[in-house]
Amino acid sequence: MTKSIFYSIFFHIVVILLTALSLPFMARHPIDLPPIVSVDFIQISDKTNIPYAPKARKIIEDVKKEEKRVVSEQAPPAAKAKEKPDRIPLPNEKKEEKELVKKKQNPEEIKPQIRQSSEFEKKELVDTNQIAALIDKAKEEEAIKKDKSNKLTQSSVKNSFATGLSLSEEDALKAQIFGCWSVPLGLPFNENLLVRIKLELKKDGTILKSEILDHERMNRPGQKFYKILAESALRAVRLCQPLKVPPTGYEKWKNIQLNFDPTEMLQG
Amino acid sequence: MKRILSFIIIPLLFFKNSFALIEVDITRGNLDPLPIAVSPLHVDVKSENLNDVKIKKLGENISELIEKNFKSTGLFNPLKKEAFVQKPDIAHLKPRFEDWRLIKAQALVTGKVLVKGGKLKAEFRLWDLTAAQEMTALAFTTTPSNWRRVAHIISDKIYERLTGEEGYFDTRIIYVSETGPKNQRVKKLAIMDQDGANTKYLTLGNELVLTPRFNPTNQMVTYLSYFRNLPRVYLLDIETGNQEVVGNFPGMTFAPRFSPDGKKIIMSFAKDGNSDIYTMDLDTRIVERITDHSSIDTSPSYSPDGKYICFNSDRSGLQQIYVMRSDGSNLKRISFGKGIYGTPVWSPRGDLIAFTKVRKGKFYIGVMRADGTGERLLTENFYQEAPSWSPNGRVLVFYRETKSGPKGEGFTAKLWSIDITGYNERKMKTETDASDPSWSSLLSK
Repeated sequence: MTKSIFYSIFFHIVVILLTALSLPFMARHPIDLPPIVSVDFIQISDKTNIPYAPKARKIIEDVKKEEKRVVSEQAPPAAKAKEKPDRIPLPNEKKEEKELVKKKQNPEEIKPQIRQSSEFEKKELVDTNQIAALIDKAKEEEAIKKDKSNKLTQSSVKNSFATGLSLSEEDALKAQIFGCWSVPLGLPFNENLLVRIKLELKKDGTILKSEILDHERMNRPGQKFYKILAESALRAVRLCQPLKVPPTGYEKWKNIQLNFDPTEMLQG
Repeated sequence: MKRILSFIIIPLLFFKNSFALIEVDITRGNLDPLPIAVSPLHVDVKSENLNDVKIKKLGENISELIEKNFKSTGLFNPLKKEAFVQKPDIAHLKPRFEDWRLIKAQALVTGKVLVKGGKLKAEFRLWDLTAAQEMTALAFTTTPSNWRRVAHIISDKIYERLTGEEGYFDTRIIYVSETGPKNQRVKKLAIMDQDGANTKYLTLGNELVLTPRFNPTNQMVTYLSYFRNLPRVYLLDIETGNQEVVGNFPGMTFAPRFSPDGKKIIMSFAKDGNSDIYTMDLDTRIVERITDHSSIDTSPSYSPDGKYICFNSDRSGLQQIYVMRSDGSNLKRISFGKGIYGTPVWSPRGDLIAFTKVRKGKFYIGVMRADGTGERLLTENFYQEAPSWSPNGRVLVFYRETKSGPKGEGFTAKLWSIDITGYNERKMKTETDASDPSWSSLLSK
């Protein structure tokens, strides 16, 4: 009896130890991608701007001096100013331009005599502060736009590291949807028109369920543009299916959210 | 024992690590034209026959016109009718979406026409084929001879539903029709539908006419004509044919344009070689001077809200574009590029100003933002000018002259249109040579 209890305890301990040791290996960690290293392409010119070592500099200066001397002995002075024929318009060119202006029959277009602008006008030209009334609005718009694009890039960085898809997998999916999405080009570029669609996918990439996250906005008055964008995004997703999803890791991408942002396209 | 087991099993049950939701940002799409199927409109069997309109062909004609309109935008690709599987009448009731998806269509237009009691009743539906649902539907009644406008209105509604901006098909273009050799041109005012149909001539061609512009209701036109060899601004009522000289100016007036509310005309008035910008109230006939400068100020155009005016002036030496408040204050130069800028026109959307630019003997049509930034040249040619906006601010119409020989042979002037993206440049159909186009606003608004 005691023997069997002993055996039982022994084997249980073995089983517990085994599971305790092997379980951590079964846990699926998100794929640990190496951090992105940004690479700058630099053009290498023929001449380097690294300063010469003092010794080399001396030698080079000596050589240059010698060269100079040789040049001055043999060649005539080369200090002649270069002519710039391209600066002076050819007589033919001038003629053509004049003729063209003459051809206009519209009195609006009568070419006025060139006048010298008075000091007062010059002042006006330089004083750009008063354009503010017009520019300010544009600036605001731009600021909003910039803000938004910053947010987007942050979220995409978050995606590739914290969640499931690898960069290449995400790119493949993006490229596929880019091809299917006909962006309605009449939309205003300065409105917040981000459409978020949540998808539930099957293993083969076909869509089980699609849901526009801000669905109520579609039927709100004055949100015509949002509705049109949301519809175009839904069309794109449906047209694209089956989506190009990775062969493994279904659990990771079973639910996926697509953020359609046309701002970049509409700014043209 | 149970405790040990629970220690092992419970963590296993909760092992399924919950992953955060994957988010993918889609910031780009394609610019390919949207494939759309326009099924011929079904002609109701109860339709009565009419003498001047071929009823049997009516449905087909309307659908063809819709297709033509769509094709001209460059945004849609109407699919060939031979590939259509479903008959028009059944398709209009309930399309078999899978059949239409087979031919790669993304949207479908179906419709029905009925002519009864001398009236044409037309209805249409727009279907989203990928979502398998109706997007919009509309019916209206008109006289049968108006069938072309029916097609244009349907096109406008579909365009608006799919792109998010107003259409521009139910519109007209007024222009200067030109005939005869180059040194003896006969110029008449002409008006046509935007697709080139229904051309009518408004003047006889005795006097030289230039720069016609619509008023906001499209009833009146202001233009320049010569009176005793002096260019003067005229006003013409299209419906009645009445015309009158605008204002009692001693010198020449030119470059007229209506204000956005249609109550004023803004134009240039030249005296002693100096021209400034003036407005005239059409009700009170009060004339107001807007600019007062020794330079030549011309081609004024209001912003759509009427608060600003853009015009061109040579006050800095070369002709450039300036913007000021509508009372003449706060004047700013906005064009700073190399070359000469002229004919600025404010977009109906208010965001852009179109212009003609001349540089190194080439003519460009371009757009820039109202503050002068973002200058983009859309098209370059030997001679072209006078851009005018489509009512939705998406397309520009302008005229282009082809190079002529030393004796004026081979010379033509035609209207062209171009999208503000710089794509989809098209020659417009006109009966004669044409120049100085001006696009009306939507007629059915």
